[in-house]
Order: sequence, then C-alpha cells, then structure tokens
Amino acid sequence: MSTVLSARAWETVWTYRATFVQGLLNTLETAGIALVIALIIGFTLGLFSTSGHKALKAVARVYVEFFQNTPLILQVCFLYYVLAYSGMGLPVIVVGFISLGLYHGAYISEVVRSGIEAVPAGQFDAAHSQGFEYFGMMRYIILPQTVRIILPPMGNQVVSLIKNTSCLYIVGGADLIASTYNFVTGDNTAGAYGPAYLVSGLIFFVICYPLSMLAVRWEARLKKRTAARPATQTTGEEATRDE
Amino acid sequence: MQAASSMISLDNVTKRFGSNEVLKGINLQVQAGEKLVIIGPSGSGKSTLIRLMNGLEEATSGHVSIDGHAMTHRHRAKLNREYSSMVFQQFNLYPHMTVLENLILAPMKLKGVSKEDAVKCAMENLKRVGLEEKANAYPTTLSGGQQQRIAIARALTMKSSIVFFDEPTSALDPEMVKEVLDIMEDLSKDNITMVVVTHEMGFARKVADRMIFCDGGSIVEEGTPEHFFTHPENERTKRFLSKILH
Repeated sequence: MSTVLSARAWETVWTYRATFVQGLLNTLETAGIALVIALIIGFTLGLFSTSGHKALKAVARVYVEFFQNTPLILQVCFLYYVLAYSGMGLPVIVVGFISLGLYHGAYISEVVRSGIEAVPAGQFDAAHSQGFEYFGMMRYIILPQTVRIILPPMGNQVVSLIKNTSCLYIVGGADLIASTYNFVTGDNTAGAYGPAYLVSGLIFFVICYPLSMLAVRWEARLKKRTAARPATQTTGEEATRDE
Repeated sequence: MQAASSMISLDNVTKRFGSNEVLKGINLQVQAGEKLVIIGPSGSGKSTLIRLMNGLEEATSGHVSIDGHAMTHRHRAKLNREYSSMVFQQFNLYPHMTVLENLILAPMKLKGVSKEDAVKCAMENLKRVGLEEKANAYPTTLSGGQQQRIAIARALTMKSSIVFFDEPTSALDPEMVKEVLDIMEDLSKDNITMVVVTHEMGFARKVADRMIFCDGGSIVEEGTPEHFFTHPENERTKRFLSKILH
C-alpha cells in the first residue's frame, strides 16, 4: 500500500462496505437511545432549574457543571472501566448510550432552561391568573412555546451527539469511527486509511449536514415569525409598565 | 365582620421588592358587583396592588383574601380558577393556539367543561366582542385592539365573578382604545366585580362605583367619580388629575 488513495485501497473499502454500514447503524442506534435519555434528563433538569425551588436548582446546576466541565472521553472510560473492574461491566453499546445520554442531558437541560426563560413573563402571568397549577401551565402553555424556541439549538445537539459517538472507540465500541479504525488496522484490510476515513467522514456528513440545515431553517422561520408580530405586542413593556 | 362580606379584602398589605417598598400598608375592601377604578402615576404601586389580588405577587406582610379565603401562592390557582380572571396590558394571549383554543383551554382543563359547552360559550363571547369570525385565527395575526378584545372574551369564558384589568388600553394605538373601552363598559352592566387600573378618565367617570388614587405606595384618596372630578381634596390628587385631564 504505497499510496493511501490507490485504487486498490478503494476496492478494499468497497469490498468491506458492510463494515461501514454496520458501523453507521450502531452509531445511529447508540445516538437514538442516547437522545431519548438526554431528552428525559434535559427536560427534567431544565424544569428543575427554572422551578424557583432552591434545592432543585442546585441539583441541576451541579449536574450540568460536572458533565460540561469534564471530558466526554473520561466519562466514557470511567463508566466502562470502573464498572468493569468493580464487577458490573456493561456492554459497550450500553456504556455508549448511557454516557452520551448523561453528557448531552446536561447540554440539553441548558437549552431547555434558556427556552423556558425566553417565554415572556406575561405567559406565566396569564396561566396563573386563569388558575393553572405548575404542571398544567408547563404542559399546555409554556413548554409548547419552549419547544418552538429550542428546535434550532436542539438540532445542533443531535448533530453533536451523533458525532460524539466517536468517543466510544476508546473502549472498543462498534460505532462508525471504531469500525473504521478496526478496518484500517485489520489483518486483511490494513492500510486503506485515506479512503476509509474519507468514506466514514462522508457518511457522518451526509447524516449531520441535513440536520444542521434543518436547524438553520427552523431558526430563520422562527425569526421571521417573531418579526411579523404586530408592534403593539412588543413595545411599551418597560416604558409603560407600572413598577 | 366586614372583611368576610367583602369580595376582595386587603388588610394592612405591604409589598417590597428588595429594599424598595412599593406598597405601604394598604387597606381596601371591594364588594361583590362593585366596579372599582384605580388611578395613579407610574410607579405609584397600582399595578402591584391589582396583582396582589390574584396572587401574581405575594404580599410581604398583611393579608389578601378573596371571598374570605386567604390568597397565598399555595392557594392562588384554586382561588383564581374559582373566582377571577385578568386582562393584561400586553394581552398575554397564548400565541401557539388559535383564538378559540385560547378561550376554551382553561374552562376545559380547569373546570371540566365539555368541549361542546366550552366552544358554545366561547363563540357567544367572541360574538359579544365582535370577533366571532376570528375564532380560528392566531393571535399574532390580529391588531392590538382585537387581541385585547379576545383577551376579554377569554376572561368571560371562564365565567369568573371578578375580572381584573391591568391597564388594558395602555399598550394600544389610540384608534383602538375606544373599541376596547366600549366592550368594558358593556361588561360593567353585568353583575361582576371589576377592578380596573387605568388612565382612561372618561371610562372611570362612566363606569366606576368608586375610585381610588394611589401615590407613593399608599391610597391617597378614595371616592366616587363625582367626588374626584368635581372636588378632589388631596393636593397630589389634584395635581395628577390636572395633568391627566389637560
């Protein structure tokens, strides 16, 4: 294998294409389950941090700071090796979606928090004045508005979650990056670095780019809608509001 | 017991935001069916006063009660559901719902009204504010005046015995003020309790049973519209009225 971009290398990649497809499927499966976990954690902690309840806010804060200020790779390794050595080793894929779910849960909770905070105070006032309790208010009035606001940053979170499955290769995952790595170091396939990583990158791009574009488009639509509001809706808040 | 017979009762209520004392010992009784208009300059505490009545603000000391029940943060949802609605300066319609959905949400979810009955009641109230053709529109596509009329219809669809109005025309373009005031005047013929914070003196004169003038966190003067517009006593009241009446 003198040249990494040789025709033979490409041929090898084509011959073993199933490896890449399987890697992609594993990546998507891990990302999918991790996303569900991250959403549950994210919405729960997002609600905690906007609840006005001191203890709940503290729980959310500590969680978020911990997971945002330590490397994901460390969290993956910790979960995998520490649990393995303490006798309750988990399959790599389980480690994968748990660690990614916990990590992105922290980021998503910040997205949810800022989304809730972006709903105008008047919406909370209106809900309280009608007699809604906290959960009814959140369910029918605040969260439906929050979801619209957070769709664009949420799209970015999904993209970054998919890309972060690559961290699992450190514990021998079966995700796309790990599969690619195994491929280029494998007995029969070693050396086809260039094509293998190009193909792997292209697959990531093809999945992630449309998601990013969707997020951008959502954001543009949202901006247009806010701009279309009649002026009376947004003016005078500070100027005429008593106290 | 005078307090027990009042619909709304404030007993020596104070309210602080940090070190800023916004209300300084307010005593006020509002009787069932009474139309009370609260006037006063910006920063006088009048908006806080009305927001204390439905628990949007919590008193720092003193007691607020509705029909004899203590208004606290814990009980506000239940009391508001049962007794009161509010119309806001910024309308505060739910932007993700159509007009009709805005009206029927709370009756259905909070009062267990069937969808059929809620829609029927909502359509009657939309008709009353002259906007039945907007039932399926989204609030942000409507003018400020229309949104505020919808907000009034939303309050009516709750069938509350008290309706609070917190500067309902202050955010409106001048040409839309009248359409909202006309509806409020029409409403005042119903047997509901109305508490209205406003700068609209023409409306106050026509509708109020009683007016109070707030300044510096206190009720400075109280009386009938007749009293306020013919022989106000307090110097601050006179000054305020002379400015606002030109």
